[in-house]
Amino acid sequence: MKFRDEYRDARAARSLADAIARTVTRPWTLMEVCGGQTHAIVRFGIDRLLPPAVTLVHGPGCPVCVTPVEYVDKAIAIAGRAGVILCSYGDMLRVPGSDGDLLAARSRGADVRAVYSPLDALEVARRHPHREVVFFAVGFETTAPANAMAAYRARQEGLGNLSLLVSHVLVPPAMRAILDAPDNRIQAFLAAGHVCTVMGYEEYLPLAAHYRVPIVVTGFEPLDILEGVYRCVRQLEAGLAEVENPYSRVVRRAGNRAALAILREVFRVIPRRWRGIGDIADSGLGLAPAYAAFDAENRFGPVALDREASGECVSGRVLKGECRPTDCPAFGTRCTPDHPLGVTMVSAEGACAAYYRYRGIPARSS
Amino acid sequence: MCLAIPGRLLSIAGDEPLLRVGRVDFGGVVKQVQLAYVPEAVIGDHVLVHVGFAIGILDEAEAARVFDHLREIGALDDREGRHEVP
Repeated sequence: MKFRDEYRDARAARSLADAIARTVTRPWTLMEVCGGQTHAIVRFGIDRLLPPAVTLVHGPGCPVCVTPVEYVDKAIAIAGRAGVILCSYGDMLRVPGSDGDLLAARSRGADVRAVYSPLDALEVARRHPHREVVFFAVGFETTAPANAMAAYRARQEGLGNLSLLVSHVLVPPAMRAILDAPDNRIQAFLAAGHVCTVMGYEEYLPLAAHYRVPIVVTGFEPLDILEGVYRCVRQLEAGLAEVENPYSRVVRRAGNRAALAILREVFRVIPRRWRGIGDIADSGLGLAPAYAAFDAENRFGPVALDREASGECVSGRVLKGECRPTDCPAFGTRCTPDHPLGVTMVSAEGACAAYYRYRGIPARSS
Repeated sequence: MCLAIPGRLLSIAGDEPLLRVGRVDFGGVVKQVQLAYVPEAVIGDHVLVHVGFAIGILDEAEAARVFDHLREIGALDDREGRHEVP
């Protein structure tokens, strides 16, 4: 496929890795924010191409992983009500709540449906005018315009039986939270390319300047990621902290104006809790007052957030880049994609699932 | 979740900017895609598609620029002409 295959050229990747090795004179720690990038890195072995001085730390960019358990529980409770059809993205159906997941609810008779696009949920609502259709809307900025369109059209069409259970999060506040942590070790970021396709990259300029970190807008193919790493280490070695955009084939400085217009019409910025991380100010999206009638929390009662339960799962530390999936004693033994203890093993973009799928179970000395 | 796939826009239906839909070819698999967020897209453009919505148009000139940079830093051999891969 054009705009994909040419960015997977193995010889170019090795040469770019060599250029990185020639540039680096001391150790540097970079974070790739997006779970899609984590998967590409592990799948293509990009981390293994890099010189040992460059460490890639996996970031919190997996919306399914950071959705609080109380939202999953709420979705399950709503799905269990008579006459309700609950729709969400396939990944979300397997995320464990405090007692099972949405697929288990379906096996108990709830009408739970996996949708590919939010407009599929809209179509379900049109076809079933006498049933309540709830779309469990999760995602980062990339997905927000699409999810916003479901609410926008429902309002335009006067579709009274569709509502959204919204757990939307924003990337830059999470990056700020990581940089503010007292034990932070991240020195540069590969910014999430598709988030920037929607949002642009102007909001990263004050972050780069304030925290003195290079931020490089990065795509998802091997050459994109290596190019991002190269630009980060080149800046770090030169003592620079700028925002660069080598993913310019699809990212413009001001983002996607048409998408932002609908996003800002439908959503407003609110505080959010991130599963495994905690509360982050201004880090999420909720429905704007004009769309309150389409808010599932208004229709079925608000989600009550409890304190985070701790347990064996270390996914919170994985999401913050504090440890690797393979550091967890349960990895690959008591915790697998079929029997996940935590969200990072569930989601197709969770770091634990990536290591399990592409790296297998490490040999352990006991 | 932020997975987005590039594909070529084959046809466009509808005049209302927010309701335009297109048929997009992803290496042989053709799917219907919402064009609300790429009002300037024309047939033949490559669009980046996420959960059924085109969220951006791929810029050929900018795409070539990255390969120019790779060549500059010696990461790409000129004779391979990688920037011309169809």
